[in-house]
Amino acid sequence: MWKWLHPYANPEVSYHFAGRMLPWLSALAALFLSIGIVWALAFAPADYQQGDSFRIFYLHVPAASLSMGIYLGMAIAAFTSMVWQFKLADASAAAMAPVGAVFTAIALFTGAAWGKPMWGTWWIWDARLTSELILLFLYLGVIALHSAFEDKNLAGKAAGILTLVGVINLPIIKYSVEWWNTLHQGSTISKLGKPSMTADMLWPFLFCFIGFILLVTLVICIRFRSEVLSRNSIRPWVRTLVSTQLAATEK
Amino acid sequence: MNQPKTPHNLSYRSVFSLVLKRDLTIALRHKDDIINPILFFIIVVTLFPLGIGPEAQTLSRIAPGIIWVAALLATLLSLDRLFKSDHSDGSLEQMLLSPQPIFILVLAKIVAHWIITGLPLILIAPLLAVLLHFNEQSYGALMLTLLLGTPVLSLLGAIGVALTVGIKKGGVLLSLLVLPLYIPVLIFATSAIDTAALGLPYSGQLAIIAALFFGSLTLAPFAVGAALKVSTN
Repeated sequence: MWKWLHPYANPEVSYHFAGRMLPWLSALAALFLSIGIVWALAFAPADYQQGDSFRIFYLHVPAASLSMGIYLGMAIAAFTSMVWQFKLADASAAAMAPVGAVFTAIALFTGAAWGKPMWGTWWIWDARLTSELILLFLYLGVIALHSAFEDKNLAGKAAGILTLVGVINLPIIKYSVEWWNTLHQGSTISKLGKPSMTADMLWPFLFCFIGFILLVTLVICIRFRSEVLSRNSIRPWVRTLVSTQLAATEK
Repeated sequence: MNQPKTPHNLSYRSVFSLVLKRDLTIALRHKDDIINPILFFIIVVTLFPLGIGPEAQTLSRIAPGIIWVAALLATLLSLDRLFKSDHSDGSLEQMLLSPQPIFILVLAKIVAHWIITGLPLILIAPLLAVLLHFNEQSYGALMLTLLLGTPVLSLLGAIGVALTVGIKKGGVLLSLLVLPLYIPVLIFATSAIDTAALGLPYSGQLAIIAALFFGSLTLAPFAVGAALKVSTN
């Protein structure tokens, strides 16, 4: 497995690999998201209690799970970089942080917009909402730390330590609805057990969810490529790449 | 046989007490460093009755939150001193180069920081609680949560300082990094005090703060050590 993996430790190989993934990812993300969103917003049956306003669920739940998923990915990258001194992992963690922050903000905003008609309030200080807000602060701290250091290697290491300290928040968010008596409802979707929603509501959700995962991967790949370029800007391969690109645009 | 004490044969205990004594001596020679956070704590707490109004009922309702938020801010203000002067005069690098485990050195420095800032906060807190018409049943809870909670503030704060000590304008960044990590302590401490005010048992919240204390006591020094290695490079 290591033999198969080790060429990707080279920034150039990883850069081109991420570049080859882009068209596939964008095509698949567009396909899944367009099917999922049209199905969810236009054809899925309305909820018997919440009516049509439940449809924000198809944006809220993927954004919330991805906000945690991206943090987990960032933590794995930070751990990899710390233990195996694998510098590209820092670049990928730096690429993930703003994407995760945006998805956390989307989850909070859609949650507020959904909470207003359903709970009668935009915001309530319950455990799930508060811990998600802390997750947003952690993301912002990691981003601030990444930009505070001149040296990108140091920045990656420092932000990695903060990321790993903040991992403690993930189980708190995940289980907050079970540990505390909260206004936020429990989990509706579980992949292995029986989901507590009907199939004609569940299928569009799965399309949306996979579509958002692909979209996130796509954005992270684009950001990862630019991180790799900016970290290796003095390497010959980046210089030849840039000069050939420039020559192509001048034509 | 009486071997001379070199850095190589010092026991962990003597390393710990050496660093602790050194930090306490330095702090005692800069008394304003000890007094200023306390003054800040007192002034922040006195601002609330002036801003909100002197009604005893309102004040006693929000007193736990005021005292704890002021304690968080006072700790945050004092954190800067934890590594900054040692970093600027180079003694921090010498400590990291010494053959002793970083865990012990860092733990000693954090304990010294808590004795200098946390302990005076705990001593002054009941006095401020009187000013805020604190509920009489909840003094015990206030003292217990401060006793268990302020070490957590020093331990978690040390991670933030260690990460930012090498940065020129680290002050604002420090608060951005550290305050989110303080939120759980704040939530459970004020909830314990509120529960005590109702005359209910608050051992559950206290147990969670104790768990935070022991968790950060065992894990935070490792993170601080790693962060110091990054910052001193």
